[in-house]
Amino acid sequence: MKVLVAVKRVVDYNVKIRVKADQTGVDLSNVKMSMNPFDEIAVEEALRMKEAGTADEVIAVSIGVQQCQETIRTALAMGADRGILVKTDAVLEPLHVAKILKAVVDEEQPGLVILGKQAIDDDCNQTGQMLAALLGWPQGTFASEIEFADGKANVTREVDGGLQTLKLNLPMIVTTDLRLNEPRYASLPNIMKAKKKPIDEKTPEALGVDMAPHLTTLNVAEPPKRQAGVIVENVAELVHKLRNEAGVI
Amino acid sequence: MSVLVIAEHDNVDLKPATLAVVTAATALGGDVDILVIGSGCASVGEAAANVAGVAKVLVADAPEYAHMLAEPMADLVVPLARNYAAVMAVANTVGKNFMPRVAALLDVSQISEISAIVSPDTFIRPIYAGNAMATVQSSDAIKIITVRPTGFEKAAAEGGAASVENLASAGDPGLSAFVGEALSKSERPELTAAKIIISGGRGMQSGDNFPMIEAVADLLGAAVGASRAAVDAGFVPNDYQVGQTGKVVAPELYIAVGISGAIQHLAGMKDSKVIVAINKDEEAPIFQVADYGLVADLFKAVPELEEELKKLPPA
Repeated sequence: MKVLVAVKRVVDYNVKIRVKADQTGVDLSNVKMSMNPFDEIAVEEALRMKEAGTADEVIAVSIGVQQCQETIRTALAMGADRGILVKTDAVLEPLHVAKILKAVVDEEQPGLVILGKQAIDDDCNQTGQMLAALLGWPQGTFASEIEFADGKANVTREVDGGLQTLKLNLPMIVTTDLRLNEPRYASLPNIMKAKKKPIDEKTPEALGVDMAPHLTTLNVAEPPKRQAGVIVENVAELVHKLRNEAGVI
Repeated sequence: MSVLVIAEHDNVDLKPATLAVVTAATALGGDVDILVIGSGCASVGEAAANVAGVAKVLVADAPEYAHMLAEPMADLVVPLARNYAAVMAVANTVGKNFMPRVAALLDVSQISEISAIVSPDTFIRPIYAGNAMATVQSSDAIKIITVRPTGFEKAAAEGGAASVENLASAGDPGLSAFVGEALSKSERPELTAAKIIISGGRGMQSGDNFPMIEAVADLLGAAVGASRAAVDAGFVPNDYQVGQTGKVVAPELYIAVGISGAIQHLAGMKDSKVIVAINKDEEAPIFQVADYGLVADLFKAVPELEEELKKLPPA
């Protein structure tokens, strides 16, 4: 089975972002960029399937500016076999990304596509579900465990009340949650090897995808700041203040 | 044009988060209808008809909707959505699962987790774990929106007299099937509905120490939550997680115990009315958002808190 993994280049999760002074967006100049952490989990899961013999090829796809190639190289260094970069400078909404991924799926015919459940920049949590809809495939979102049996997959999902297990037909879409696995670090020899792995370049136009915007960002602002309060001396004072000052207990 | 609200429920009770979505829907203008999708869910339909300000309740009651799987739900909602200006659902794990599927099938973009409404086509939503607030305008004819209930007052649960209409099932596309679930059983309130929450973090050191904060929770009638670090370490199950990728809560009182205050945790609780932090590290970022901070060893402070609360006369 061929496994396609979608990887997004985002501001590194350790970076404290700054809103631009003119409120047009978040300042991305000279900021460290990395692979979206949920996508690292997606790559790792695909690699484990390959090591277990369930998958025979792992393809990493990224969509966006030329530098997304670095994100694909990271996936290749972790162990993915080859990459596809769909190059565009357009503002990407999850719907665009899902349509581009659908076009790639139509060409590559994978048995499984794994995506992160959300990207830590726009926090949308949409792309995997949208891709499943466009393909008419089942979706196993927020996955914490995937098992294959009898030509189907059992996907355990992290839901509000606990865990839910579904049996899904193949091909299918999976989106990863935090507890699915712990992604590996790329070793130096593998980073060197990854430089020789092939990356195909495509464009949304060549794939026939309409990139017209549906949403316009009018403004990006700092959230209201919360003021630090007081430090209390002991538990008795805390309880006294919660009862008599805040009135919450 | 009217707005369709998808009810959050467990086939028995209508969940209060739905009432916050009704308020958000009302802000868009036009009639508000509620759609209940479930199995054996007639009581939910009745409760929805009582909600103040609701024009009509639609009930799709069929076995294939028992576990709220995305594929059959989307097939039901897509044709209905074409009659509405907007479809809104709670941004919980059900809404997040099926709503993008609906949006893609309608060829529209979803607006995720809105926390405020500027106008019928313009919304405010948090990005970067709530470290920035984006104002986005949608040009789509049908707006598919998930709503953060903490951003909106709840509509009155009583006072309405909506008509109830039963819908035929749209069928099961046969792509997915329910196998089983392991749901946390607790007598305590649900995290997203609790007035008071006490959460433990990495500082708890082990799941064996959580009974200490559970004892406090029971004195306060509080729910118990956790930071991602505590869940990743296996102290407590995933459904305890408060944060950017877990549950977003805004109780009257949030007590953070042994939680340093990572950005992604703050994203899930910083709209709480009163925040208390108990941490032995006085430099911990949680103190920057706390109304009341106690710099102390939690293993000493939490049992003391339990004792002090026991001594407290009834309010």
